[in-house]
Amino acid sequence: MTEEIIIAGFGGQGVLSMGKILAYSGLMQGQEVSWMPSYGPEMRGGTSNVTTIISDERISSPILNKYDTAIILNQQSMDKFESMVKPGGNLLYDPNGIIRHPERKDINIYKVEATHIATEMGNVKVFNMVVLGAYLKIKPIVKMENVMKGLKKSIPVRNHKLLPLNEEAIKNGMKSLVKA
Amino acid sequence: MAEITIQDIIKKENLVYTKSKVMTDATLSYCPGCGHGTAHRLIAEVIEEMDIQSQTVGVCPVGCSVLMYNFLDLDMQQAAHGRAPAVATAIKRLMPEKFVFTYQGDGDLAAIGTAETIHACNRGENIVIIFVNNGIYGMTGGQMAPTTLKGMPSSTCPYGRDIEMMGNPLKMTELVAQLAGTYYVTRQSVHSPRNVRRAKKAIRLAFENQKLKRGVSFVEIVSNCNSGWKLPPVKANEWMEENMFPFYPLGDIKVDGEIVSK
Amino acid sequence: MEKELRLMKGNEAIAEAAIRSGADAYFGYPITPQSEVIEYLMAEKPHERTGMVVLQAESEVAAINMVYGAAGCGRMAMTSSSSPGVSLKQEGISYIAGAELPCLIVNVVRAGPGLGTIQPAQSDYFQSTKGGGHGDYRLIVLAPASVQEMYDFVELGFELAFKYRNPVMIQSDGIIGQMMEKVVIGPQKQRRTPEEIIKQCPWATVGKPTTRERNIITSLDLVAAKQEEFNLKLIKKYKEVKENEVRYELINTEDADYILVAYGSSARLSMKAMDLLRAKGIKVGILRLITLYPYPTKIIGELTKKVKGFLAVEMSAGQMVEDLQLAVQFKKPVAHFGRLGGVIPAPEEIVEALEQKIIGG
Repeated sequence: MTEEIIIAGFGGQGVLSMGKILAYSGLMQGQEVSWMPSYGPEMRGGTSNVTTIISDERISSPILNKYDTAIILNQQSMDKFESMVKPGGNLLYDPNGIIRHPERKDINIYKVEATHIATEMGNVKVFNMVVLGAYLKIKPIVKMENVMKGLKKSIPVRNHKLLPLNEEAIKNGMKSLVKA
Repeated sequence: MAEITIQDIIKKENLVYTKSKVMTDATLSYCPGCGHGTAHRLIAEVIEEMDIQSQTVGVCPVGCSVLMYNFLDLDMQQAAHGRAPAVATAIKRLMPEKFVFTYQGDGDLAAIGTAETIHACNRGENIVIIFVNNGIYGMTGGQMAPTTLKGMPSSTCPYGRDIEMMGNPLKMTELVAQLAGTYYVTRQSVHSPRNVRRAKKAIRLAFENQKLKRGVSFVEIVSNCNSGWKLPPVKANEWMEENMFPFYPLGDIKVDGEIVSK
Repeated sequence: MEKELRLMKGNEAIAEAAIRSGADAYFGYPITPQSEVIEYLMAEKPHERTGMVVLQAESEVAAINMVYGAAGCGRMAMTSSSSPGVSLKQEGISYIAGAELPCLIVNVVRAGPGLGTIQPAQSDYFQSTKGGGHGDYRLIVLAPASVQEMYDFVELGFELAFKYRNPVMIQSDGIIGQMMEKVVIGPQKQRRTPEEIIKQCPWATVGKPTTRERNIITSLDLVAAKQEEFNLKLIKKYKEVKENEVRYELINTEDADYILVAYGSSARLSMKAMDLLRAKGIKVGILRLITLYPYPTKIIGELTKKVKGFLAVEMSAGQMVEDLQLAVQFKKPVAHFGRLGGVIPAPEEIVEALEQKIIGG
């Protein structure tokens, strides 16, 4: 099994940390993982993306231009990455702020109202966990217990009191996935 | 006629002075009349008197004193041009119990190594910096130094230093005295017995200060360069008194962390 | 501490490995894309963990000269930077090589010339392997292709540096520095005691006891004949390095008709390209360089007899390919493929380059 994922959105949406939690979850169940962020001027508040790969085998290139799954969280990323999903692959997005919705017919398209759900939960910071939950509903490549272990490893100890809220967000994401 | 050897002249009973054990037997490579030899000797004497030869590491510069390691019987490192304070910083940080000093000329310390000097002083590294200022580049043949006086000729300002074209002479010692990381800053000379005694006291105090761990002790020695200045040694010293000292006045600038000069 | 698994950035792995390998000192100056090295070190408080000295210098120039000072005391000292900063360090590196001091320099390469971009590149190959600074000298150059190798090569680098009394460079790039992967973290090694340092480095300047002559760290000799003697000594040392320290990895070369020669992140990209090519029925293997200096000339000579051609894949305008051509000696076709300026080549482009330049050419 090899799953090649691009997660793309605005800086501050938790794009990089979502990829990191996913990678850590894979690590926790003994898989090979890689996490490669875009870095550079876009680090400062612009668009942000990260390629995360989880595999049973040695990972070759950490940077790709074809993905099994694209998780898209803003319009710029939609414009850039929709065409890079492999035929038969998956595209997951939050419709909030999206003007031009995905048009491809040869891939599976999913939606999750993550901005909305996070706002309702009273903490917009769990936005990325809602998205993660929706993704795991599509591709349950990592077990929930390992996600929680990964989460614990990736966030600072002082924020561990927020672990239950994050778990709830992931579950809400799973429940709210819609196939477009 | 039988040849007279040095042993015929120097006998135990007429010996009134001997060089420090911290100096080697190598013949000094400096020009006759140059202040470097005296400055070296004072450092050697202070180290011998403090009995810290085995605990001292020196850093020599690029310039006339690049071969200082041939003359002092110490563990020494020869630094790239201007980098001695950075080199000394690392030595002291890794071996805080040792005595560490740099010995640098005006080109090394106040031109190419300005950044390293300022930052080592500003960090308050517990090192001694000996700064020999003769207002000229001796080793490379008498070119203009950052400390060359207004109107003073050199091979790269043969008609005298023109301030408009070449900028002002730099008072590095006054500058570093302003920094919080310096604890003792002084300007001395070694051209007369009285000044030699004072300079030695200053160097001794600088080394003693290292034990206090309160920052840089910075000793400038205003010196001559009779070759570069194209003057006989005695005349060079007179010229130094008349021209260098008014611009680079001798005396303490900062003592125990407090500015003392007016 | 037991061995443990962590997810880390390449730059963080360098920093953790420095602490764990018992390094005595790190001196650096921030520059993208490698500032995580000093940031990680500062956050980890190595002065409390092992007593390691970490200092942010006023410049790359000062940092490399601090490394010189520390190395001259027999200490395990290192610095890291990225291309423009490594250019600034070249004077110091030349002095370190000339004074025969051991140290570790990490270059997380970005594209140039000049300020260039902060995006990854491999355009410092000439600088790393052909000298960099002035005078006849060489660095031992290690090229990690994974975060694990970033970690492992710190200890290896120090080992080689002290074995040969020569500066060692880890030449990485923005991809390997910024990516996160799984890393097996080794146990904490004890820093050497002052006594152990004196035993290992009798040449170190630590204060002259009455029991030995003074130690002098210098790269100066005013007598030409003596300087030549020293140059010849260095050449002898580099010959020994060439004989003993060549490191590389062969991937699927047994049945290969074509070889992709690559290192660091371009080796990773080439692995993907190899999979694509093999899926098309083209038998491709990879020679992954682990040491850039010494260069694996011998194995290339052996491969030359068996294969139909080579493609050097590197993110440069063609630097490493010159050494490849020297090793192949025009006996088989050699071509170069690279993207420049921080553009990362797609594996598909590597496929196309091999098909057009070697198979079709």
